[in-house]
Amino acid sequence: MFASFLLALAPSPAPPQDDGALAFIGAKLIPVDGPEIENGVLVVRGGVIAHVGPLDVTPIPLDAEVRDVQGFVILPGLVDTHSHVGGPAGGDSSSPIQPEVRVLDAVNPRSAGIQKAQAGGLTTINVMPGSGHLCSGQTVYLKLRDADTIEGLAIPDDDGNPTGGLKMANGTNSRRDPPFPGTRAKSAALVRAKLIAAQEYRDKIARAGDDASKLPPRDLALETLVEVLDGKRIVHHHTHRHDDILTVLRLKEEFGFRVVLHHVSDAWKVADEIAAADAPCSIIVVDSPGGKLEARDITFENGAALERAGARCAFHTDDGITDSRHFLRSAALAVRAGMSRKMALEGLTLAGAEMLDLADRVGSLEVGKDADFILLDGDPLSVYTKVIETWVEGKRVFDRRDPQDRLWAVGGYGAGHDGAYACCAAEEANR
Amino acid sequence: MRILVALTLCAAAANAQDLAVKGGVVHTMAGAPLRDAVVLIQDGKIEAVGPAADVAIPEGVRVLEAAVVTPGLIDAHTVVGLAGWLNYRHDQEQLETSEAIQPELRAIDAYNPREPLVEYLRGYGVTTIHTGHAPGAVISGQTLIAKTRGDTVAESVIVPVAMVASTFGDAARKEGGSPGTRSKAVAVLRAELVRAQEYVAKREREAEAEEEEEDDDGGPPARDLRLEALGRVLSKEIPLLVTAHRANDILTAMRVAKEFDVRLVLDGASEAYLVAEQIREAGIPVIVHPTMARARGERENLSMETAATLRAAGIPVALQSGYESYVPKTRVVLFEAAIAAAHGLSFDEALSLITIDAARLLGIDGRVGSLVPGKDADLALYDGDPLEYTSHCVGVVIDGEIVSEEVR
Repeated sequence: MFASFLLALAPSPAPPQDDGALAFIGAKLIPVDGPEIENGVLVVRGGVIAHVGPLDVTPIPLDAEVRDVQGFVILPGLVDTHSHVGGPAGGDSSSPIQPEVRVLDAVNPRSAGIQKAQAGGLTTINVMPGSGHLCSGQTVYLKLRDADTIEGLAIPDDDGNPTGGLKMANGTNSRRDPPFPGTRAKSAALVRAKLIAAQEYRDKIARAGDDASKLPPRDLALETLVEVLDGKRIVHHHTHRHDDILTVLRLKEEFGFRVVLHHVSDAWKVADEIAAADAPCSIIVVDSPGGKLEARDITFENGAALERAGARCAFHTDDGITDSRHFLRSAALAVRAGMSRKMALEGLTLAGAEMLDLADRVGSLEVGKDADFILLDGDPLSVYTKVIETWVEGKRVFDRRDPQDRLWAVGGYGAGHDGAYACCAAEEANR
Repeated sequence: MRILVALTLCAAAANAQDLAVKGGVVHTMAGAPLRDAVVLIQDGKIEAVGPAADVAIPEGVRVLEAAVVTPGLIDAHTVVGLAGWLNYRHDQEQLETSEAIQPELRAIDAYNPREPLVEYLRGYGVTTIHTGHAPGAVISGQTLIAKTRGDTVAESVIVPVAMVASTFGDAARKEGGSPGTRSKAVAVLRAELVRAQEYVAKREREAEAEEEEEDDDGGPPARDLRLEALGRVLSKEIPLLVTAHRANDILTAMRVAKEFDVRLVLDGASEAYLVAEQIREAGIPVIVHPTMARARGERENLSMETAATLRAAGIPVALQSGYESYVPKTRVVLFEAAIAAAHGLSFDEALSLITIDAARLLGIDGRVGSLVPGKDADLALYDGDPLEYTSHCVGVVIDGEIVSEEVR
């Protein structure tokens, strides 16, 4: 209904370099949505996947440029459900609930973080504002194309509007001095009051029908929350402690919004409740527990616990908390602690795509999906494996053999600078 | 005589530290890895190491088995035990900000051997840590070396005063206070080192005079614990551990160290690869930043290949878990070495950064760091390549005692 009020971004079709097809033959394919294929073919045309399957039964178009990639492993492009790449700040200190704030207005598309994320094999990311608010603003889903503008990175919906969710948080991060809440109960009370206001706002608009004179004045914050209530915008909810997790589930039940639980440090304590509420989890894997009281009991075992309970589980970097270049490691450490290989690999790809409502376009090697994939020189769960190439919509955006790209991948002089400066410095360093 | 024998047997049983560890592969870090080998342990020390065929395991001795056995891992620089996992005021003892220079702060007065992060690190095979006062002040205090066992400082610590910790660069500057700039920070450090030189010289003169009974000015100067601590650095008894990341700060640290003729150990050293030649020439060892440290601020140019680059240049190198102000509250050197192994080092080289090379750098290689007879029986057991994400640490032995059999 309010789609027309949103900034209409020019859709960013990712045209292929030309209309020709590109066939990758001989690699081990891990399609994620089906069994691994030892000796496979992946054909890309027009920015999408045209064919995928075993070498002996999959057609290779006559006009296709063929690349022999024997010895490599091909995995769908990685989906990071929670990143702060581009360094965006969302809401300010004026109030605890700021749904009208859009992080897309603040992302630096020239951030070195985007290059590093490509080097890590990430192709789709959810860039979030922080967790210091009950609601710090709208998130934005990005494709890590080679682009210098936010429009060039955004993922437009059918109407050309940028897609994204809404960042919310509970627990201790959003407990601050007034006007912020001082307790957990007050946090939930403020959120309930705002969502009820959004319900009333929505009802008023419905009652007005075609009579424009009866429409309430536009409220950009409530408009966004109406999208949440209507299930059009997913809530990405920062939460750590078991009781805070259950508070989110209680609010979800009361208001019927769609939610992805993020971090979920205590997931192992309430995995059954999470599964029963059908709430997917986007978890982080950090090297040690703690850092703050509510993350005291975080463990590598969360992925396994959620899998056992039957809850959907994806991983995230929370970049800069963890570095996008080490994202594959999250799944590997979850496997170390008992998660299945299959679900761990889905947690890097398809599960995350589902949590961003993008599973029809990304997350697996499936005919018709965007040609987002990575070439690895070994098993995705091995520390010795490197991302060699990253492809987004049929275009290569990272090539480890390229000295500039290699600098992003391993670091070195100039790898930390943003945008144009970095290019100059990198050239210097590589000379 | 019979009584004596009985007593001796009793004592041996009470120690209960006789143990044999069998490994499919044993990385002794003193020569090539051994296949199907045994490490025999007696009274907390390594008694024998060799192929299973050559080392007889006495009857009744408990035997642990694992696919891979390594020396207990050494974390060459951390703040764990001073910094706690909860990150609240009551468990953060690593930095005292009231003054810029406080070398008199002793790590043993702050180390908490029951800190859960100590046990956490141990679960992955870390048996020795060099810990203490953190980066963040021109001189933040002393460091110590401890085993990751024991309920008291006395039971844990093996070197009570290991180094004096110093910081060059942004972290040593005080916003809105003094020292507020890099050059001021170095100026106050130089001034304090000069004072310490004079203090040491005066005390020596007074001591000599006293011996020759020529003391006529009322005895030596009043004791100054701060200057005494710096005096131990000036006499090269203990090294100055300087955390510096930018190339220019690294060179500044080397300039000051040369001027005062102190033993320097570089820490962090994100841009060390830019000045590797100077570091090698000066013979300075480097405890490289965690390979997965956040590439931000002064560390923006860090490289995952730095350990390999410096090692190839002939510089003594060790790895560390480092200091984190937020999460993760500690890193694990096992994981950091894994990234180093994936970035230019062989498995053995990467493992040496957290075993024998770390021991040498810390000056404790007479006791730990490799599996050779006579050394402390500190071992880590794994069910596969220890550096692989999907392998597990399945046992940890410190001083011959099994301290963990958890699968981690």
